[in-house]
Amino acid sequence: MAKKGELGRVWDYVVNTQVWRSVMRHGYPDTPRNRSLAVLANLILHLHPIRLRKSGLRVRYTWCMGGLTFFLFLELTITGLLLMFYYRPTAEYAYNDIEYLRADVALGIMRELHRWGAHAMVISVWLHMMRVFMTGAYKPPREFNWSIGVILLVLTLLLSFTGYLLPWDQLAMWAVTVGTNMARATPVLGHEGPGASLVVVPYAEGAGTISVVHQASDVRFGLLGGRFVGAATILRFYVLHCVGFPLIAAFLIALHFWRVRKDGGISGPL
Amino acid sequence: MPLFIKEFLNNFFNPTVYVVISIIGFVVMMATYRVWTKPRIAMGLLALMVLFFIASWSDPNFNKIVTKPDNVPIVSLVFILGFFLWLSLRQAAINDERIERGEPPREATEANDRVLVWPDLVYSELICMVIFTAVLVLWSVFIPAPLEEPANPGKTPNPSKAPWYFLGLQEMLVYFDPWIAGVVLPTMIITGLICIPYCDKNPKGVGYYTLKERPFAITTFLFGFIVLWVTLIIMGTALRGPNWNFFGPYEKWDVHKLETLSNVNLSEYFWIHLLHKGLPEHWFARELPGILLILGYMFVMPPLLAATVCRKMFQQIGFLRYNIVILHLIVMAGMMIKMVLRWTINLKYIVFIPEYFFNI
Repeated sequence: MAKKGELGRVWDYVVNTQVWRSVMRHGYPDTPRNRSLAVLANLILHLHPIRLRKSGLRVRYTWCMGGLTFFLFLELTITGLLLMFYYRPTAEYAYNDIEYLRADVALGIMRELHRWGAHAMVISVWLHMMRVFMTGAYKPPREFNWSIGVILLVLTLLLSFTGYLLPWDQLAMWAVTVGTNMARATPVLGHEGPGASLVVVPYAEGAGTISVVHQASDVRFGLLGGRFVGAATILRFYVLHCVGFPLIAAFLIALHFWRVRKDGGISGPL
Repeated sequence: MPLFIKEFLNNFFNPTVYVVISIIGFVVMMATYRVWTKPRIAMGLLALMVLFFIASWSDPNFNKIVTKPDNVPIVSLVFILGFFLWLSLRQAAINDERIERGEPPREATEANDRVLVWPDLVYSELICMVIFTAVLVLWSVFIPAPLEEPANPGKTPNPSKAPWYFLGLQEMLVYFDPWIAGVVLPTMIITGLICIPYCDKNPKGVGYYTLKERPFAITTFLFGFIVLWVTLIIMGTALRGPNWNFFGPYEKWDVHKLETLSNVNLSEYFWIHLLHKGLPEHWFARELPGILLILGYMFVMPPLLAATVCRKMFQQIGFLRYNIVILHLIVMAGMMIKMVLRWTINLKYIVFIPEYFFNI
């Protein structure tokens, strides 16, 4: 379809050059065929179907919350990557690096974008879950995708929680202390958990027993890399925050999106 | 806001009143969802909320909590959640009226209209992204991320709070030991959520908002999400101060505020107050009444309910699903029961076996 006017002619010329055609593989999406191709032939857009129900398009129906959550995940990945340039996850450097970031780095709103984005993502995940629940979108055939979504919700909280420690200020250290203190009460696996005192091995004949689950061997010790929140904990949380959880989350997000498509697209009345 | 209202509110509120009011509010909200979601009434409610914030703004204690940078998401959560509750229940009210008239829900009238993803969906996604990028950038420019003093293992802040999204669980620590509040309850929240689609056999209500066709599912979910999760987070953020004491919305967080703690275990109630004997020496004899009570609650009540009140549910979803649902429901109810017992008879533990760190 030819566009009108001088600008339109330039536009027509550009979208018909060999370079443009080689990148886009189809004409400008202004005909149904090219619009379908725009979605089909594009790596990112092909997450979408070609057509969808009009009811599934309405913002009042979807609240745009799933998309917003994914957007925030990408935003947090990018800002997090930039923050990694300035941050060293050790007890000596961590706090000073953050101070430097906020005092001396030009246009330094990366940490703000990262922190507020993380808060926003926690909220948008909850609201996405609420929307899915309120529209019965977890019902067959979408049961398994709901379960993946629950795991992604937990991962979001874990990502936020591991990130909470990294500024290494009083807020970070004590919030994580309060949070991980729970782990010492894990049944059997925590040294103050019910049943932990029953896990013992005999010391020698007639010489009593040694407990297996104690302060320096229980699940909290494994989580923190020590008996207290300290240098080893920063490294552990940093690795989980920057590599471990994002990788798992990225895989599950891909699975989540794939299943949305395979389970019949965005939910709608039967 | 006049001083006498502030003082009244400060003295009136305590954890009991707060939780009871949020439950009553929830029940009223669900029962009258067709009335209060009407745009004019909903606007009135919003105006009241805004008015409350404006009137309270000048109070230094209120202001300090609300304007703390890390509390911005929690304050906005109040409004955001209110808005989305309205949005979903308003659409449910409209659809339920349509269904009563024998018409299909609003979404169904458009379900067969198919639109192209390019341009319709791609453009609305783009607009959403642009708007939210702008919001995030403005938020980040105007509110710097806070940084407190360097971490100091020798100096415990008072209060020490978990990250804000875990404050509901931290609140549960008042009533339960960490192994329940910090391990069992979170695990059961996750397993409960995962089990929802496998246990809900009601085929109605896919792809449109409704309350009438799925009253039990939606009420249970919203009760858990709004009353047990979000309102406890708000209480933990705004109303829990030093030593995890409760403070009114306009009260100064005084480190020296004392609250009398005279909590009593069930075993003491049973052996000393009821039978006028000493506590038995062996823990098993001592805790037998509590153990029997818990076993009865966990294992005798579900079959009894299946035979009486929940008979229809049991027949509809079958043995295994029923047990999964009822297990999660009685744990959820157990939280409330333990809270009420603490408030009314100062009950500390139903079962108290410190020998094995097993306290309920």
